[in-house]
Amino acid sequence: MSASFLFLLVLLIGFGAYLMARARAIAASQGRSASLHSLPGYHGAYVAIWTILPATLVLIVWSLVGPQMIDREARLSLPTEVLQQGAAPVELAMGQVRAVARGLPLLTDTERAALEAGTLDVRATLATKGVALAGDTQPYMIKSAQKLNALSGTSTIAMTAVVLALSVAGALWSLRSISQRFRARNRVERVILAALVVASSIAILTTVGIVGSMLSEALRFFQSVSPTSFFFGTVWDPRFAAAGSTGSSGQFGLLPLLAGTLYIAFVAMLFAVPVGLFAAIYMSEYASRPVRSIAKPLLEILAGIPTIVYGFFALVTVGPFLRDISAELNGLVTGNYTNFIQAQSVLTAGIVMGIMLIPFVSSLSDDIITQVPRSLRDGSLGLGATRSETIKRVVLPAALPGIVGALLLTASRAVGETMIVVLAAGVAARMQLNPFEPMTTVTVKIVNQLTGDLEFTSPQTLVAFALGITLFTITLCLNIYALYIVRKYREQYE
Amino acid sequence: MSDVTSSAFQARGAARPRRDIGIRKRYAAERRFRAYGVTAILVGVFFLAVLLWTVISNGYTAFQQTVITLPITFAESVIDPKNERAQNPAKLMAANYPLLVRDALIKELGIDPNDRTKVKLATDMVSASSRTQLRDIVVANPSVIGTTMSVALLAEGNIDSANKGQIDLTADEANRKVKNQQLAWMDQLRQKGDLTKEFNTGLFTYGASSRPEAAGIGVAALGSFYMMLIVLVLALPIGVAASIYLEEFAPKNKFTDLIEVNINNLAAVPSIVYGLLGLAIFINFAGLPRSASLVGGLVLTLMTLPTIIIATRAALKAVPPSIRSAALGLGASKMQTIFHHVLPLAMPGILTGTIIGLAHALGETAPLLLIGMVAFVVDYPGSPLEPSTALPVQIYMWANEAERAFVERTSGAIMVLLAFLIVMNLGAILLRRRFERRW
Amino acid sequence: MNMMTEAAVEKALDQKMTAAPYKMIGKDVSVYYGEKRALFDVNLNIRENTVTALIGPSGCGKSTFLRTLNRMNDTIDHCRVTGKITLDTDDIYDPQIDVVELRARVGMVFQKPNPFPKTIWENVAYGPKIHGLARSKADLDVIVEQSLQKAGLFNEVKDRLHEAGTGLSGGQQQRLCIARAIAVSPEVILMDEPCSALDPIATAKVEELIHELRANFTIVIVTHSMQQAARVSQRTAMFHLGHLVEENDTDKMFTNPDDQRTQDYIMGRFG
Repeated sequence: MSASFLFLLVLLIGFGAYLMARARAIAASQGRSASLHSLPGYHGAYVAIWTILPATLVLIVWSLVGPQMIDREARLSLPTEVLQQGAAPVELAMGQVRAVARGLPLLTDTERAALEAGTLDVRATLATKGVALAGDTQPYMIKSAQKLNALSGTSTIAMTAVVLALSVAGALWSLRSISQRFRARNRVERVILAALVVASSIAILTTVGIVGSMLSEALRFFQSVSPTSFFFGTVWDPRFAAAGSTGSSGQFGLLPLLAGTLYIAFVAMLFAVPVGLFAAIYMSEYASRPVRSIAKPLLEILAGIPTIVYGFFALVTVGPFLRDISAELNGLVTGNYTNFIQAQSVLTAGIVMGIMLIPFVSSLSDDIITQVPRSLRDGSLGLGATRSETIKRVVLPAALPGIVGALLLTASRAVGETMIVVLAAGVAARMQLNPFEPMTTVTVKIVNQLTGDLEFTSPQTLVAFALGITLFTITLCLNIYALYIVRKYREQYE
Repeated sequence: MSDVTSSAFQARGAARPRRDIGIRKRYAAERRFRAYGVTAILVGVFFLAVLLWTVISNGYTAFQQTVITLPITFAESVIDPKNERAQNPAKLMAANYPLLVRDALIKELGIDPNDRTKVKLATDMVSASSRTQLRDIVVANPSVIGTTMSVALLAEGNIDSANKGQIDLTADEANRKVKNQQLAWMDQLRQKGDLTKEFNTGLFTYGASSRPEAAGIGVAALGSFYMMLIVLVLALPIGVAASIYLEEFAPKNKFTDLIEVNINNLAAVPSIVYGLLGLAIFINFAGLPRSASLVGGLVLTLMTLPTIIIATRAALKAVPPSIRSAALGLGASKMQTIFHHVLPLAMPGILTGTIIGLAHALGETAPLLLIGMVAFVVDYPGSPLEPSTALPVQIYMWANEAERAFVERTSGAIMVLLAFLIVMNLGAILLRRRFERRW
Repeated sequence: MNMMTEAAVEKALDQKMTAAPYKMIGKDVSVYYGEKRALFDVNLNIRENTVTALIGPSGCGKSTFLRTLNRMNDTIDHCRVTGKITLDTDDIYDPQIDVVELRARVGMVFQKPNPFPKTIWENVAYGPKIHGLARSKADLDVIVEQSLQKAGLFNEVKDRLHEAGTGLSGGQQQRLCIARAIAVSPEVILMDEPCSALDPIATAKVEELIHELRANFTIVIVTHSMQQAARVSQRTAMFHLGHLVEENDTDKMFTNPDDQRTQDYIMGRFG
């Protein structure tokens, strides 16, 4: 019986138990429904929870742990000479065993007899059944596979029995407690509260998961590449090793990637900050209501456009435009019509990312600026200051901390942006200062290292996690500091 | 006191001279400042316009596809020369269908069958996908064998581009993908009404293909749909549950402060980090299949949760305490108060936040690349466990193709994606307008 | 005894004030907020070097009228003013007249103290700086000191001129705002319930200050406290529901008003 079917069955029992419990509660009320402490539905829910919850938990744990334990048993059943050969051959053998185990139930009776006699070409037969084997099988693999199947069979039966027994027992036990004064509602609510707590802990678990998973993979990376050569290396040349070889012949210097990331983010901010900030100032301080009601949503559309579309825009429009215009300019000045801006360049990626960031800057700063109390503006205007003087000398200085926070949040977004740089920045990891040349970023390299066929033992793949944790740390610092500043700023004017 | 008196009398008599407070210069500065603001907004709107114009001008033609209608003779001598289809139906799968197209073209265009170059040029005009098209016709209905019927075949990508006027015909023929002979034939076919532009249904139904004319977003859209479903089913209840706890039950202490900061930070973590998380946890650790939309959905769920939690908490906060007091005063438990009164009132806000979160997730690409959804998926995934791809990832893959016809399709796919996003966002706005309450 | 003579001088002074020339003349002033009319054809003249108090129940339009005098209403969307207001001989709603120039001549102090989040020195120097009234930092120093002196704040803050103005107590903040207004050397100072956010001791100090300032400035003050109006003003105008009910010498107003509504309000029948 498969786990999902079993789960459905448990749900069904739970529903039955719910109806029974309700009926029993109504009976217990002796026709005066007010005599019950809790509504009949709560009694039903209480019993249903007891029926479903423990059984389902056992089901989940069993489904997760069971196969791993069975796998370990099967592994131990391999001949000792195989086990002594080391990790890789054992993995290979186990792969075969698992495939054979999948194929065995598909065999016909005659084929099974041939198998027992040892005359069957297992690989060819299974291939016709749609189970592909990587190599020819050894007799011990068949034995292990049979053992694997036998164990899973027993496990499934045991699981079914235990889960169903638990479910029924839960129903019977909880049905006994139903009475007039039984506080079913309080207990159900306690379970709901527990569920709410579990739900809110998912946010924490996500962070723990991010840090934990990336840290552990990154540590594996640092076993083959020293942290100093990663963090302070100036050459990025990972040299994709042939599959199977774990030699780390490449160089994994973070600095060129970091330089590219920060450079592109800097260009993007250089573009987005003045535009976004002035747009926000205009909208919060000058624009009449109709202008505001048109301009604001228009800019917000920019925020809703997926970054892949910006990447495409850079690739098809902005990149070629910059390349061609640079060729024209060069031609006009020197007579030599070669372009000095590459289609993929720091400038291309920076400008397009800047466009993407305009609405972030403007809506964040708009929020901040409108929080500056009106009384300050009145105070300045009342002294005869012009609007721009009021903005420049009173509003902006008062809003400055908040704006700095907003800009840090934007910078964090720029550092972590992926699709635009993948399509517009290039893949060459170089340390240079010319914005017209391509450079690459941390995010581009994470994508590069993790697309295609992967092997999770080579430093070429694991380096992505080291890059990831670096990126996460940078953005975490920016975010936390920015959120702290903005929060302090809000409290100041609340 | 008398001092004050006398000075007051003096001041009253003296007329004040007008002061020069630099009005003209200050107003010039004012106008400049204002102009910067207008310019900034215009710059933003300008780029929005250019971006949309790029997409639409490149993409609107993707919704049409050039079709060549040919009378195809399903000759038994080609499909099943030994007449063994009754015994071995697999024969029909492997027959030489391109030959049928070739013969039809030779007849239609009046080409000498022995002129190899011309025959090659002619057959190049029809998409290689015609093979499967004809095969499907025959397999579905073997009785067509021996008859002639006119079949609308897809034109090859470059022919399609030429027919839409996207290829520069003034260029030297040698550097051109479409030759003069082919152009002549196209005119010939066009005059007979056999070369037409049809609505491109294939764009919405096909899967990945290396041939632009046979590539579509159907499969990718299904993958995206699965993921959105998973995000909706998981993120909405979890997000709402978490928000209810944090907003209504959680004590205010260091720990809830930490959760608060944590959620705000998660909302700003780069999306690619979620991809790494999905790869490490869901694929490597939990052993879920790569490229599956289930994994994609889970990753996007984690990514969308903070957005939904933040929106939901704001919506819950906006419900005035008086509602809670009223329900509690009637003897409702706190749980009943929240689920019967507070939550329904906060629902429009919650749904608006959810839709915006979903729209964001729909356009997300980077994390999906890491969990192997950059796959060449031809067939519709039957379940979220099967390999699939997603709309934005399909756009990414097409964007990397050089052919003109792919640029057109990329833009077309972007238009479809943007249309979805606009519909979702409009829905959110309408929801907000319709149900927003001011307390 | 000395009190008597002072009171006598005051009285003499007040009588002179009554006869003082008009600094500002409001003729048929009406204000609309969108569709809603907030002021109805108010005719009110402000005498030079006099404290004029505007009183009336809340929502009567007294603050609205005050804000028309230096066109602060311009900063509110959908606000429209009709009628004519002159400052000396200039029509302040004439398109030729510049708001900035007007506000440099007609300063304003607000209900809630609103010092800028800057130092005390910068707060006071702000106006002279934007209007270019000082040629050097030394000039500014002089202006700041004089203004703080006039506002009676200098001795309290002279050691911390370069600390944040928001760090002062409420009463000190309001006097700082007054100093900030004085520093521009306006001709008229408008005060919108300047003491409503202050405690009684701070209120007394500000009232004393107003009393002294009247020697050099024309002051219009909105107040909801009739005692305050009686204490600081020489002329009082009573507003009700957007209409000007009565304008008179303060003494007369509080002893023998011409209008029954004024009588009722002063007796506390409504408000």
